[in-house]
Amino acid sequence: MSKNKEFVKFEKVDKSYDGKILVVKDLNLDISEGEFITMLGPSGSGKTTCLMMLAGFETPTSGEIYLDKNPISNIPPHKRGIGMVFQNYALFPHMTVYENLAFPLRVRKMPKDEADKKIDKALSMVSLSGFENRMPGQLSGGQQQRVAVARALVFDPSVVLMDEPLGALDKNLRESMQYEIKHIHESIGVTVVYVTHDQGEALTMSNRIAVFNDGKVQQLSSPDQLYEKPVNSFVAEFIGENNTFAGEISEISNDKCKVKIAGGEIIANPVSVKNKGDKTTVSIRPERALINSNSKMDNNFKGKIEEIIYHGDHTRVRLNLLGNSEFILKVPNSSENMDIKLGNHINIGWNSYDARALDPK
Amino acid sequence: MSSETQKILTTDGIPLEESLKKAEKKNKIKAFLLVCPLLLFLIITYVFPIGDMLFRSVDDRMVTNMLPKTYKAMENWDGKELPEEEVFASFYQDYKLLIEQKTFGKLATQLNYEKNGFKSILKKLQRKMKKFEDGNYKEQIMDVHKRWANVEYWRAIKRRAPEISYAKYLKGMDLIADEDGKIIQVSEERRIHRILWLRTLEVAFFVTLFCFVMAYPIAHLLATLPMKYSNLLMICVLLPFWTSLLVRTASWMILLQQQGVVNDFFVWIGLVTDDNRPEMMYNKTGTYVAMTQILLPFMVLPLYSVMKTISPSLMRAGKSLGGTPFVAFWKVYFPLTIPGIGAGCLLVFILAIGYYITPALVGGASGTLISNQIAFHMKSTLDWSFASAMGLMLLVGVLAIYWVYNKLVGVDNIKLG
Ligand SMILES: Nc1ncnc2c1ncn2[C@@H]1O[C@H](COP(=O)(O)OP(=O)(O)O)[C@@H](O)[C@H]1O
Ligand SMILES: [Mg+2]
Repeated sequence: MSKNKEFVKFEKVDKSYDGKILVVKDLNLDISEGEFITMLGPSGSGKTTCLMMLAGFETPTSGEIYLDKNPISNIPPHKRGIGMVFQNYALFPHMTVYENLAFPLRVRKMPKDEADKKIDKALSMVSLSGFENRMPGQLSGGQQQRVAVARALVFDPSVVLMDEPLGALDKNLRESMQYEIKHIHESIGVTVVYVTHDQGEALTMSNRIAVFNDGKVQQLSSPDQLYEKPVNSFVAEFIGENNTFAGEISEISNDKCKVKIAGGEIIANPVSVKNKGDKTTVSIRPERALINSNSKMDNNFKGKIEEIIYHGDHTRVRLNLLGNSEFILKVPNSSENMDIKLGNHINIGWNSYDARALDPK
Repeated sequence: MSSETQKILTTDGIPLEESLKKAEKKNKIKAFLLVCPLLLFLIITYVFPIGDMLFRSVDDRMVTNMLPKTYKAMENWDGKELPEEEVFASFYQDYKLLIEQKTFGKLATQLNYEKNGFKSILKKLQRKMKKFEDGNYKEQIMDVHKRWANVEYWRAIKRRAPEISYAKYLKGMDLIADEDGKIIQVSEERRIHRILWLRTLEVAFFVTLFCFVMAYPIAHLLATLPMKYSNLLMICVLLPFWTSLLVRTASWMILLQQQGVVNDFFVWIGLVTDDNRPEMMYNKTGTYVAMTQILLPFMVLPLYSVMKTISPSLMRAGKSLGGTPFVAFWKVYFPLTIPGIGAGCLLVFILAIGYYITPALVGGASGTLISNQIAFHMKSTLDWSFASAMGLMLLVGVLAIYWVYNKLVGVDNIKLG
C-alpha cells in the first residue's frame, strides 16, 4: 500500500484575525501519511493558528485545507476525527483518567468492552496502566501529559496534532517524553503534526521540520538538511549556533564567491546570491571552523582569543576575527588544543563550502 | 531508640515542640486581636439579637407575673374538679392588686386569647369585688357569674402557667393547641400563614430559576468575551447595584402598572386591547419581575467567577475528541460550572426567601411574602413575640436549605469568587 504523499494539504492558506495583519501568509504544505512533521518557529509566528485551522477551531481567511484529498473547511471540528494534545493538557478535571479516555469512545457509541480494551491499550502505551481511577489533579505534570497523549490517540485518529505538548515540563522529563512520543509514533504510524519553539525538540523528533517565521514557512526539510543547509539567514540563526559576516559580493562563479566584509575578504558558497554587488550575510557553523588546520582549506585567517568558556566536553572560544568580535569556536577538549589561552593569536580555517552566503539580514 | 533522644532540641536547648508553641502563641494572639473587632461586631449585631429573638418568641411570663399567688396555689391542683378555696383566695388577691395597679385589662386580653368569654366575667368580677367580704372567696366569686363555676375557665388559667410557650410557633404554622393540649389546625378562615410560607418558597424557587436561566448565558458571555466588551457588560450587570433598591422597585412600578409603559407598548403593538390591559403590578407577576431583576447580579457573579477559570481549551478538547458542541457543553463545560450554579442558586434563594421591600411595594395582596407578614406584626399588631417566632422559623428554614444543599452539592464546592 503506497502512502499518500498529500495526506494533509494546506493550499494557499491565509489567515487574519483582525483584517489588518496576516498571521499566516500563503501557506502551502503537504504532509504525507504517517509522517512526523514539526512546525518550529518563534512565539507569535503563527504555528498555533495553523494547527487550529487544521483542527477546525479557526477558519482560513482564504485557501483550503485538504485531509486525505477532501476539503475540510466546512467540516466542524468534531467530525474531522483529528486528535489533539493541548499545551496545558486540557484534561477534563471532573473526570477520572478512565473517563477522560472513554469520552471520545462514548461519543462514538463504542460498546463498553471494546472501549475498555482500547483504553487499556492506550494507557499501557503511555505506561500508565493502573491509573484509571485517578483524577487528573492527582497526577504529576508528566503523567497528565501522557494521559493527554493517550486520550488523543485512543480513538485511532488519522492525524494527531500536538501544540507545544512538553512546554510545561522540566528539562529531564521533557527529554524522556520526547523519546516516548517518538516511539509511540513509530509503533502506531499515525500522522503527527507537532508544534514547538524548541529547536532541539524539533531536530530530535521529526521526519521533517517546517520553520515558521512571520506567518511564512521559511524552510521545509529534514532535520539534518535544516541544520547543514539553511536556505536563509533566519533559519541559519534560528537553528543551532551560527557565526555571521555581513558583506557584499565582489566576485561570483558557479560554486564559489568572494565576499568583501569589514575586515577583509572571504570565500563562500553562494546559496541565495546571484550577482556581483549583492548584499549578503555569510553563515558559518562554529564546529566547521577549525584551529590550525593542516588540511587545505580555502579560508585561513588569524584571530585573537577574547574569551574562553569551559563546557566540560568542549570549550567555547570567542574570537575577534576579521572585525567580528563575536566569532565563536567550538573546540573539543583534547590535549592537542592546549595553546588556547586568552589573548593568544591563533589560525582559523574553514572550507568555502561551509560558509553559506545567504540573504542579508 | 530511647524517648530522650527522640525529643528534638533547638540550638538553645529548649525542646522544639515547646519553642514552636511559644512562637505560635504570639501569632495566635495577634490573629485573635485582628479578628476581635469583627467578633465583637458579630456578637453585638448577630448573636445577641438572635438570642433575644429566640427568647422573645417563647417568652410567656406576662400572665405568670400577673397572677403569681394563683399559680403557686394551683401547683397541687389536678385540674379535674373545681380548685380549692385557696386558689380562689389567691386569685382574688392577685386580681385585686392588678386592679389597684390598673393593669387588669391586660390580663383580660391575655386570658381571652386562651378562652373566649374571659373578658366579660373578669370585668364583672372587678365591679363586684369591691363588695366582697373576707373569707370564702370561692363561693363569692362563683356567684359573680356562672362561668366562674365552670372548671374549663380555671383550666384555661392553669394552661398559662408555664413561663415558656410554643404557641407562637404553632400559630405560625396555622396550628393551635386545643383545651386538652392536642395540636389541631386553626379554623379554615384563619389559615393564612401556611399559604404565605408556600408562596414564599414558590416565589423564591421561581425567582432562582429565572435568575439562573438568564444569568447563565450572561455569565458565559462575560467570561469569554474580549476584555473591552466584557468590561462594558460587567458594568451593565453591576449597574443595578449602584441604584437604590427603592428607586429600582419604583421604576418597575412605573413600567408595569396598568397605565404603564409596558402595557402601553402591548396596546400599541396590538397584543391587548386598551380596555383589557393585564395587571402586572400588585400581584405575583410584579414580585417575580422585580425580584428577578434585583437578584440577578447575585447569580451572575458567582457563575462568572467560576466560568472565568474554565480554560477554553477544555471545550475545544471535547470537540476535537468527537463531541458535538452540545455534548462538549453538557459533559465538559456544564459540570465544571456546578460550583458556581450552587453558589448562585443558594445565594439567590436565601435572599429571595427573606425579601421584604420589593414584595411590599409591588406584591399587592397576592404577592406579599412571609417577611411582609413579619413586618406587619412588628409594626401594626406589635406582637413581637409572634414576629420573632416567624423570623426564627425563617432562619431555621434557611439553615435547613443550607444543610440539604450541603448534602447534595457539598459546601466545599461553592465558589463565590
Ligand atoms: N484568537 C486570536 N485573535 C487575534 N489574534 C490572535 C489570536 N490568536 C493568535 N493571534 C495572533 O496571531 C499571531 C500568531 O499567533 P499564534 O498562532 O498563536 O503563534 P504561535 O503559536 O506561533 O506562537 C500572534 O501575533 C497572535 O497575537
Ligand atoms: Mg502557540
